Amino acid sequence: MKLAVIKYNAGNIRSLQYALERLGIDALVTDDAEEILGADRIIFPGVGEASTAMKFLKEKNLHEIILQATQPFLGICLGMQLMCTHSEENDTDCLGIFNQKIKLFKSIDPLIKVPQIGWNEICDLKSDLFNGVQSGSYCYFVHSYYAEVGSETIATTDYCSSFSSALHKNNFYGVQFHPEKSADVGHLILQNFLTIKG
Amino acid sequence: MLTKRIIACLDIKDGRTVKGTNFVDLKDAGDPVELASLYAHQGIDELVFLDITATNEKRKTLAELVDRVAQKINIPFTVGGGISSVEDVRMLLDHGADKISINTAAFNNPSLINELSRQFGSQCIVLAVDTKMHEDGENYVYLNGGRKSTEIKCLDWVREAMERGAGEVLLTSMDHDGTKQGFAKAITGLVTQHVSVPVIASGGGGKPEHFAEILNGLADAALAASVFHFGEINIPQLKSYLLDQNILVRQTH
Repeated sequence: MKLAVIKYNAGNIRSLQYALERLGIDALVTDDAEEILGADRIIFPGVGEASTAMKFLKEKNLHEIILQATQPFLGICLGMQLMCTHSEENDTDCLGIFNQKIKLFKSIDPLIKVPQIGWNEICDLKSDLFNGVQSGSYCYFVHSYYAEVGSETIATTDYCSSFSSALHKNNFYGVQFHPEKSADVGHLILQNFLTIKG
Repeated sequence: MLTKRIIACLDIKDGRTVKGTNFVDLKDAGDPVELASLYAHQGIDELVFLDITATNEKRKTLAELVDRVAQKINIPFTVGGGISSVEDVRMLLDHGADKISINTAAFNNPSLINELSRQFGSQCIVLAVDTKMHEDGENYVYLNGGRKSTEIKCLDWVREAMERGAGEVLLTSMDHDGTKQGFAKAITGLVTQHVSVPVIASGGGGKPEHFAEILNGLADAALAASVFHFGEINIPQLKSYLLDQNILVRQTH
């Protein structure tokens, strides 16, 4: 299987590459349109800040290439957020694949910290992406912004309030957590993504 | 709900773990990757690799180690020890570290924190602070692995560092470290109350009760080293105990 990881200015992707290696996949990290669209699967990673990332995607014309994808496509963390319509992070217009706006966590309890860093449960699982994953399984999250729960939500998590920990529309999937850092649960989710049908 | 985290710290020198361990089933007790895998398997939530190698030459060994850890381990890990520049951080993150921790270099050059958080994001910048209580009853910052005292109060420094963009605090109480008599409840709770980012308590954890005390509203995570390395605390048992005490932790088995 050919798997392309979209290369842009979004943090380190070494862990993701290694996680895919553990699944027997030698991922191609690329910003080339043909290579991306010619792959069987596309992963859109992301750690960083939304406006800088969007600016970079536009400079490389990657924002249009992403919209052309018809194969299973997975956005991770900031990648998922950029697939929504807009992010409150520096008032950034995003790709608009998911009909969701990205908001900043507002904590009124000094003991509930922003960013959320750590292991939290994924519940209400509604997709083949979570085949074999039990509701309430723990995944690793690092983020200050979130998507609300809506019709495209395929997993929810509670922090400050209930938010979308995963979204799905057509061939596009997004997860707020880091499957590559989520131990056996994350391994299973990535494995499911490799076998999922569109 | 977000769980409280249990973190194991491994001291590294020249790519090897420094303190011995009691694990008889490890093929190579000095190999950090093997020990880290064991902890990951037992359900540790995160790992910290603290490098005590001094020279730049040997830093390459650290980068190789980070690479091997990232290859093998599927939970988050932080690398710290002697990090003083954007280049250091870039190298470690490029090799697969999730976060880096900075201590003395950040204190001596606070703008380093701004620079690092701008370049790499706050989420991967952990401020490590060593602190000790003085006669006036206040906690002060110590540098150079605790060898050098300062006149700056712990809380003041942590607040400044947060404003500059540090995303997490790893707070080690030198008065408690190595005592196995419990974590520093007062200063840890004070910092937790006054900063908006997660706080990791370090130093003094000797019994499961100590973890329960500190994780009950005083810290977001608790870190220990030798009690894990020498098998004095078994990680799955610690987690079961904490759940019995109504402290939410991740269960893996």
